[in-house]
Amino acid sequence: MEALIALVIGVLTAGGVFLALRGQTFPVVLGLTLMSYAVNLFLFVMGRLAIGVPPVISDAAFGYTDPLPQALVLTAIVISFGMTAFVIVLSLKARAELGNDHVDGLEREEDRHE
Amino acid sequence: MSAAHLPILPVVLPLIAGIVLLALRNRSPALQRGISLAAVLALIPLAATLIQTTADGTHLVYALGNWVAPYGIVLVVDRLAAWMLLTTSLLAAFALLVALRGGDTEGRHFHVLFQLQLFGLNGAFLTGDLFNLFVFFEILLLASYGLLLHGGGRLRVKAGLHYVVINLVGSTLFLFAVGTLYGVVGTLNMADLAVKLAATPPDNLALVQSAGLLLFGVFALKAALLPLYLWLPAAYAHTSAPVAALFAVMTKVGAYSILRVYTLMFGDDAGPVSNLLDAWLAPLALATLVLGILGAAASTTLRQQAAYLMVASIGTLLLAFGLGSTDSIAAGLYYLPHTTFATAALFLLADSISRARGGIADRFESGPAMPGARVLGGLFFVVAVALAGLPPLSGFLGKFMLLKAALDSPLLPWVWSIVLATGLVGVIVLARSGSLLFYRTHSAHDPASQTAPTVAALAPVAGLLLLVAGMVVWAGPLSDYASATAAQLLAPQQYIEAVLGTAP
Repeated sequence: MEALIALVIGVLTAGGVFLALRGQTFPVVLGLTLMSYAVNLFLFVMGRLAIGVPPVISDAAFGYTDPLPQALVLTAIVISFGMTAFVIVLSLKARAELGNDHVDGLEREEDRHE
Repeated sequence: MSAAHLPILPVVLPLIAGIVLLALRNRSPALQRGISLAAVLALIPLAATLIQTTADGTHLVYALGNWVAPYGIVLVVDRLAAWMLLTTSLLAAFALLVALRGGDTEGRHFHVLFQLQLFGLNGAFLTGDLFNLFVFFEILLLASYGLLLHGGGRLRVKAGLHYVVINLVGSTLFLFAVGTLYGVVGTLNMADLAVKLAATPPDNLALVQSAGLLLFGVFALKAALLPLYLWLPAAYAHTSAPVAALFAVMTKVGAYSILRVYTLMFGDDAGPVSNLLDAWLAPLALATLVLGILGAAASTTLRQQAAYLMVASIGTLLLAFGLGSTDSIAAGLYYLPHTTFATAALFLLADSISRARGGIADRFESGPAMPGARVLGGLFFVVAVALAGLPPLSGFLGKFMLLKAALDSPLLPWVWSIVLATGLVGVIVLARSGSLLFYRTHSAHDPASQTAPTVAALAPVAGLLLLVAGMVVWAGPLSDYASATAAQLLAPQQYIEAVLGTAP
């Protein structure tokens, strides 16, 4: 189970890094999203993988799972969600203003010397 | 309100002001400006009070919701946090004064974003919890994205896109580092982390070290340390003047985080993970200094040059922190407000110069003679003296303290040669810019496009320079305070004891 989760996080991160290094804004945004998925998963499993145990200590249960990473990952998800929304809007604005979707997209001669 | 709630006020005040301003977004600009200015001005006495309270070495610990550390989130005010708060609030007041001249109405929600930016900055300086530091970083970054793009424009959008993407990658790395630390140690309170990291078993050493270095990568990105500085010149050169001036403190957040985390959690007492950064910080800072000054020499516009000078100043600052002795950290802490104010003044002045030159803006080409050239030139001269680190201004004192502190460092020859050589290049570069802008002029073709600088535009620049001058006049007490701060940072037991309430 641990190996599988580690593999999933690794593949997500690798895909995210690859896409984030592309030249167009759409793959970059997608790459950032994949990376945030990977890190959310990573944060979540930092409380160790446990099946069928409650997140609060009780006498009836034989153990408990760490609730803190779940709270952390909730915060991280909300933040990355907001950031993704922002970067999508920004990419659209850049597409509209620059006339193409390249991350360095300057096509007018007057901008070149800047 | 009792004094017990004092530490949370610098965080809550801008937040409330931001929310109120959001609610009043359709009301008259005058009302919004009044509220925004009042909230920023109120921060100054608040920060001064905190400086006074912590001057005797006490740590004010504020447990949010009364959840005690290490289970709850705490805010901690020590000398360093109070020092950063005062620097930020003074800078913000001058930046806002410039924005009130009309820049704030070029786009929407300027004042809301400005207040939330201060909320994030103050929170980052005060928090004693690593995950909370991440959250405040995100707040200040999100506000900075909005401010950076404020007013729009093609080049601004392009620079903004790079800035946003690289910071999102940085946030992801931050979370990986935080997650690794939590997975190994099981706590995120910085004081508790310091105690637990000192007892790292050998099995986990590699994990903790990689998490520590990953964190350093994130902070180095925020501070614009080599090789992660590439986002800064474009972003700062293309944004509006008041925003660039406020952003002069943004890179200092990275420097602050490096200082805080690596004195508290990875300092001399941290056992197996102690002095993690010794091999990295000072050499990288020296390289940043060289590259920043070369970038300044190669710049084609004044604002770009100001941005590269900021990179160079970060190099000097982190060099001081990287040498790691009480004297060198004190030199860095004295240099920090100086470089913040002086760089901000240059950004503000560059805007006035650019308006006075009309269509050619601040490009380093022979342009028309400026209206009000004497005042502009005089101010530029003083800013240049401050930035280049010439006597009598505080840049000289800061660099002198740094050179003196480096005397017993093994890096002595490197530090002296590079700091002095870059200082000389800095003088030449600024002198060349000044003569290009003010002396190589011809008669104006299109005088209508040139705007003479107004008193209101130049007063904040003069105000920032007065602060720099004040740092020389009161250099004695200020450097004593910086030394006390450095001594406090290098004795993290007091911090840990204050937060956890027990002897470590």
